[in-house]
Amino acid sequence: MTRWLFFCLLLALPAWAAVGDPNERLPDPAKEAIAREIGRELRCLVCQNQSIEDSDAQLARDLRRLVRERVAAGEDSAAVIRFVHQRYGDFVLLRPPVTAATMLLWATPILALGGGIAVIMLRRRRALAEAAALSPEEARRLAELDRGAA
Amino acid sequence: MIGELGHFALALGCILALAQAILPLIGAHRRDARLMALASPLAGAQLIAIASAFGALLWAFAVNDTTVSNVVLNSHSQKPLLYKFSGAWGNHEGSMVLWVLILALCGGAVAGFGRDLPSALQARVIGILGLIAAGFLGFIIFTSNPFERVWPPPMDGQGLNPILQDPGLAFHPPMLYLGYVGYAVTFAFAVAALLEGRVDAAWGRWVRPWSLAAWSFLTLGIALGSWWAYYELGWGGYWFWDPVENASLLPWLIGAALLHSAIVVEKRESLKIWTVLLAILAFGMSLLGTFLVRSGVLNSVHAFANDPARGVFILALLMAYVAGALALFAWRAPKLGGTGIFAPLSREGGLVLNNLLLCSIAAVVLVGTLWPMFADILFGAKISVGAPFFNAATAPLAIPLVAAMALGPMLAWKRADLAGALQRLWWVGALAVASAFLTLLVAGYHVWPALGFAAAAWLIFGAAADILDRIAAFRRPSQAWNRARGLPRAAWGGAIAHAGVGVMFAGLAGMGLATDALVALKPGEATRLAGYEWRLERIRDVQGPNWSARRATVTVLDGARVVTVLEPEKRFFPVGRMNTTEAAIHTNALRDLYAVLGDERDGGGVLRLHHNPLAPWIWFGAVIMALGGGLSLSDRRVRVSAPSRKAATAPA
Repeated sequence: MTRWLFFCLLLALPAWAAVGDPNERLPDPAKEAIAREIGRELRCLVCQNQSIEDSDAQLARDLRRLVRERVAAGEDSAAVIRFVHQRYGDFVLLRPPVTAATMLLWATPILALGGGIAVIMLRRRRALAEAAALSPEEARRLAELDRGAA
Repeated sequence: MIGELGHFALALGCILALAQAILPLIGAHRRDARLMALASPLAGAQLIAIASAFGALLWAFAVNDTTVSNVVLNSHSQKPLLYKFSGAWGNHEGSMVLWVLILALCGGAVAGFGRDLPSALQARVIGILGLIAAGFLGFIIFTSNPFERVWPPPMDGQGLNPILQDPGLAFHPPMLYLGYVGYAVTFAFAVAALLEGRVDAAWGRWVRPWSLAAWSFLTLGIALGSWWAYYELGWGGYWFWDPVENASLLPWLIGAALLHSAIVVEKRESLKIWTVLLAILAFGMSLLGTFLVRSGVLNSVHAFANDPARGVFILALLMAYVAGALALFAWRAPKLGGTGIFAPLSREGGLVLNNLLLCSIAAVVLVGTLWPMFADILFGAKISVGAPFFNAATAPLAIPLVAAMALGPMLAWKRADLAGALQRLWWVGALAVASAFLTLLVAGYHVWPALGFAAAAWLIFGAAADILDRIAAFRRPSQAWNRARGLPRAAWGGAIAHAGVGVMFAGLAGMGLATDALVALKPGEATRLAGYEWRLERIRDVQGPNWSARRATVTVLDGARVVTVLEPEKRFFPVGRMNTTEAAIHTNALRDLYAVLGDERDGGGVLRLHHNPLAPWIWFGAVIMALGGGLSLSDRRVRVSAPSRKAATAPA
């Protein structure tokens, strides 16, 4: 955290110093909410891992305006994101699209969970097999105990 | 002079650490009691050397010694004393000294409190800690000397970044390092166990308190950082899924898995191999975090990231320690053996599920953090992995984890009765569903907050149900009080920590219902947000110790009643020529009213106003979790029965 912010400040001081411009918000709260949902999906390209909603860099401002213009014109979220994606490429999407390069990334939860379950099942099967097999010595003792108990 | 003494103390500490690494390990291998007996005194001597070096660094900052380049770069004579001290560890070199100091403290603690440990195990643990310390002291001495001189000395220092001049942040790094370094001790125990070829309940009893302590400190450290981001950055956000935040989350997740599986080792002598692996991984993740923060590998955002030589050095240390430990693990782990048999539906089974899900979440966070770099190298693809990915990819794993959290403690060891456990939790489930519906009813169609409140109710009341069940409050109410007092503190600690997670979920869900407004107001004008009237009274100049500011006064009214007066500021720090925004926050524990001052124009100002329901619960929850960890730590059994193994072997 410390380092991250330190660096952020050095790089993008205005991003933290300003609070935003009331004029850029849409008058209709429902549309503003949609625009904000979209904005959280889009990266401020000159910032470090910030969405355009969390940055006051000039580029973020421009993108926010662009998103709001399109939302005000009645476009749906998917269309707005597609438009920005076409203009700026994959880098602008904070939720990376599924491509050859991100297949493994998106598969991580399934691979981790599936791999973990497979390992647990294998180990369990082996443990059960080991526990089931008694050594001759143990078998003899067990028989003795059985006789004793009877 | 003091600086040179500090530098010398570091070098001396490095030599002592090397001796501490080599002699006791050889001693333990050869069963040579004299060499093993050197472990504790060497650890003590190393602690004294490192503490002296750290003291010398603090001294240089306290007297603002401008012949030390570290002081010049990170301090200033006009700074309040607290921030002079925190400046000592608010930079790469100083924070590394703090890191090795905490490591030396841990070594000293194992030496001092570990007299009851079997002497070979103790010697090995202290030896491994010495090995880690020697590596990092070498790193400091060869690449990051904190006592470097400048000549001629400048008139004054350049100052600490103003946003770091904050009490929350002054204690954020020490807390984090206590967590990170605490995992060095569990790592040392794991490697020592592999060397010995033995893991038993006594080992589990030693590892559990260390993993509990490390985890509790890490929880507090992460919470402090997140809280600071919330009030200092002025965006009302508290978690950004930034690579450096993720780097602290990784050991936290693996550490949470570790402290749960250590319970199984201690109580059931099962999951031994797995626990040893987790102990290695937890420290590996701590080192990885250190590496990511200081190497500048990631296309990210760190002040410490500037010198590739440092990155290579830490990477080499990371490889040596973790790869070495993993190789040893592959070689020796099968010897540890002894997986107890348990039914899938049992307390053990629940803890295995906990481990599986926590580790899967950690895998997602790890891969997500590193993937932009891999994608660039492997496919030449420039991609971003941000909050929407992490939220989407971790939620499906977090939901079953939360579901199992209330259920797990209700299950019996070995073989459990699921129907019975569910029966005892029916009212908890009903409350959770009711919370979700109530949220939808009151706040409108917000799916995630509704789920969040359901999770909160499930965990908080689930923890209550666990305690009520243990003290048999319904079956034998007359003895409930006595039973409650007799309940081991570890049981209370576990329930409290789980409830703390629930409290945090309530905070997260509340923040999902936050509303805000961005308005330009002139003095005397007002706006409405969340049922309150927010009136800007005036904006004026204020003078601080090392800053000047513009301060707005905003009165928040509920009808005619004044709720609070908020005074957000825009500060200007002449040293460093920087601006910061100081948010004004009023909390009543159920909601935060939050105001930030922006640009001024036409005699008025731009204000961003937030209404954040339950926001403080996020950090309350974290504190409760850490308290739960601390309470478990104080359990009598942790302190008293650990020595049993030595007592048994003493006559030999």
